[in-house]
Amino acid sequence: MNGTRLWAYAAGIGVLAALIVLPQGLKPYGISLLSRWAVMAIAAVGLNLTLGYAGQISLAQAAFLGIGAYTTAILTTHGWPFWSALLLAGGLGFGIGWLLGYPALRVQHHYLAFVTLAFMTMAYLIFRNEAWLTGGVFGINRVPRPSLLGWPATKPLAYYYVCLGALAIVLAGSWWMIRSPWGRAFVALRENPRRAMSLGVDIRAYTLLAFAFGAALGCIAGVFFAPLVEFVDPSAFTLADSLGLLLMVVVGGSGYFFGPLLGAMVAVLLPEWLRMAQGLYLIYYAVFVMVLMVFCPSGILGLFDKILRSLSRSAPLAVRKEAQR
Amino acid sequence: MAGLLQLLVSGLATGATYALVAIGFTLLWQTSQTINFAQGEFVMLPAFMVLAAMRFLDLSLWPALALGAVGSLLLLGAMFKKLLVDPLLRHGVLPLVIATIGLSILAKETVKNYYSGEAQRFPALISGDTIPMGGAVLSVQDLINLGVAVTAVVLLQLFLARTETGRRMQATAQNRTVAAILGINVERMILYTFLLNAALVCLAAYLITPVYLATYSIGEGLGLVAFTAAIVGGFNQVRGAIVGGFIVGIAENLTAVYVSTQYRTAVPLLLLVAIILFRPQGLLGRVEERTT
Repeated sequence: MNGTRLWAYAAGIGVLAALIVLPQGLKPYGISLLSRWAVMAIAAVGLNLTLGYAGQISLAQAAFLGIGAYTTAILTTHGWPFWSALLLAGGLGFGIGWLLGYPALRVQHHYLAFVTLAFMTMAYLIFRNEAWLTGGVFGINRVPRPSLLGWPATKPLAYYYVCLGALAIVLAGSWWMIRSPWGRAFVALRENPRRAMSLGVDIRAYTLLAFAFGAALGCIAGVFFAPLVEFVDPSAFTLADSLGLLLMVVVGGSGYFFGPLLGAMVAVLLPEWLRMAQGLYLIYYAVFVMVLMVFCPSGILGLFDKILRSLSRSAPLAVRKEAQR
Repeated sequence: MAGLLQLLVSGLATGATYALVAIGFTLLWQTSQTINFAQGEFVMLPAFMVLAAMRFLDLSLWPALALGAVGSLLLLGAMFKKLLVDPLLRHGVLPLVIATIGLSILAKETVKNYYSGEAQRFPALISGDTIPMGGAVLSVQDLINLGVAVTAVVLLQLFLARTETGRRMQATAQNRTVAAILGINVERMILYTFLLNAALVCLAAYLITPVYLATYSIGEGLGLVAFTAAIVGGFNQVRGAIVGGFIVGIAENLTAVYVSTQYRTAVPLLLLVAIILFRPQGLLGRVEERTT
C-alpha cells in the first residue's frame, strides 16, 4: 500500500459519495443525464472487456444496447415483470455475443470489425423494419419503470439510484472477473494469442467468452436504458452509436478498469457542463479524439499514467497492471 | 427483361463509382495499413468544397470543380497523411481506426454546422436526359458515370502496371522493406497513394452527388459500401475492389426491386459476411502474410 494507491482509494470514495449526494440538488434533467451516464458506462464497461482486456474489436455494442432495450420494452409493456426482462436480455446478449464471437475465431482485425459492423447494420434494419415486433420507426411508447421489492422507482431520482446500483454491481462483477483466472486469460489473449495457447489457455473458449460477456453487459445496459427514456425507437441504436461507445472506451483508456466510466463522462456529461450545442461539441470532441490518439493512444487514463510515472518512480495507478501480474 | 436491363445498367453505374471509392480504400490499406473509416466522408467533402466555392467565391461550375479537386488533393491527400496517418502509424491499426472515426465525425459535423444540414442540389456535369433502348429507358447520367468511372479505373490499372512510378507503388504496397532496399523512395510512393485516393474520392463525389444530392450524411452509406466492396474483392487486390464495387452495386439494385427496399443495404452485408467466413482473402485476393 503506497501513497499513490491510497490517493486512488480516497478519490474513488470521494467520487462515489459525490455520485450519491450530488443528484439530491439537481433538476430532473440533470438527474436523467447522470442516469444516462450510468447506463452508457455499463455498456462501455462491457465493450472494454471485449476490446480492452481481450483485444477483440467490436462495432456492435449499440446493437446489444438495442436488443436489451427492445426486450425490456416489449416484455414490460405486455405486463411482464422487470426482472424477467433483465434475465432474458442478459441471456440473449450472452447467447448472441457468443455466436458473434465465432467469426473472431477465423478472422482478425479489419475483417472482425466488419463482421460486427454488418451485424450492427442488420440489427438496426430489424429494429426499424419489423414493425410487428418493434413498432418500426415509431418505436414503443410508455415503457414503465420498475418497482423493486415493492419500492416503486418511478421518480427520476429513485430511478437514478437504480441505474447507479446496477453500475456498481456490474463494476464489482467485472472487477472480480478481471482479477480471476478468466480475466488474466483475456489479457493473455490480447497480448499474445500464440503464447497464451502454448500456456494452455483455451483461446477459442476465451475469445467467445469475451464477446459473450461484453454483449451481455451491452444488453443489460439496454434493459436499464429503456425505462430511463421511457420510449424506445431505432434511432438510438445506430452504427454511429456503436462508434460512439467505441470512442468512449478508447478515450477513457481501453484496458483500464475505470476508463469506460471516464469516457462515458466525457461523451455524455461534458457537453452539458460546458453548455455547448451538441453539434459544436462533437466538432471539438472529434478533434480531441484525433489529438489524443496521436499523442496518447492509451486514452486519458493512459495519459495520467504517463504523467504519474514521469513524476515519480512509484507503481503506476493503472489497474491494468494489476490484472497482468 | 427491359426492366432487368435498366436495373443492370444503373447497378453498373453505381457499382463503378463504388469501385472508385473502394480502390482508394484498398490502396490506403495496402501501402500504410490505414483502414479509413472516414472514406465515405472523403467522398462527401469535395462536393461541399465545390458548393462552397460556388456560393462564397462566386465561381462558376468548372473553376469550382477544379478548386474542389485541388482542395481534395491537399486536404484529403497530403494533409490527411502528414497530420494524421504519419504520427499514428507507429501505434498500430486500432488508434488509427479510432482517429479516422473522429475525422469522419469532424467532417460531418463541420459541414452540418457551418454549411447546411439540408440536402443540396449539385449541378450535373453534363446535362442529360434518358434514352430508350429496346424497351428499356436508360439514364444518360448513368451511362456517363459508368463510362467515366470505367475509364478512370482502366487508366489507373495501366498506370499501376505499366509505368515506372506505378510499379514502384505496387512494390511498396507488397513489401515496404524490400522496396526500400531496392532503392525506392517509399515515403514518396505512399504519398502518391494518398494523393491517388484523394483524386479517386473526388471523382466519385463529382459523379455521385448530381444523382444522390449532396448531404452531410451521404458518406455513412458510402464508407460502408467501400469497405464491403474492398472485402468482397479481397483487401489486398485493386482488381478485387473493382469487382467488389460492381457486385455490390448490382446486388443493391436487384435487391431493392426483387426482394425488399427495406433490406436493400442488408444484402451486400450478408454476402460479405459469408465471404469473410468462407473465403477471408476475398473473391480475388491472395492469402495475406505480413511480417510487420
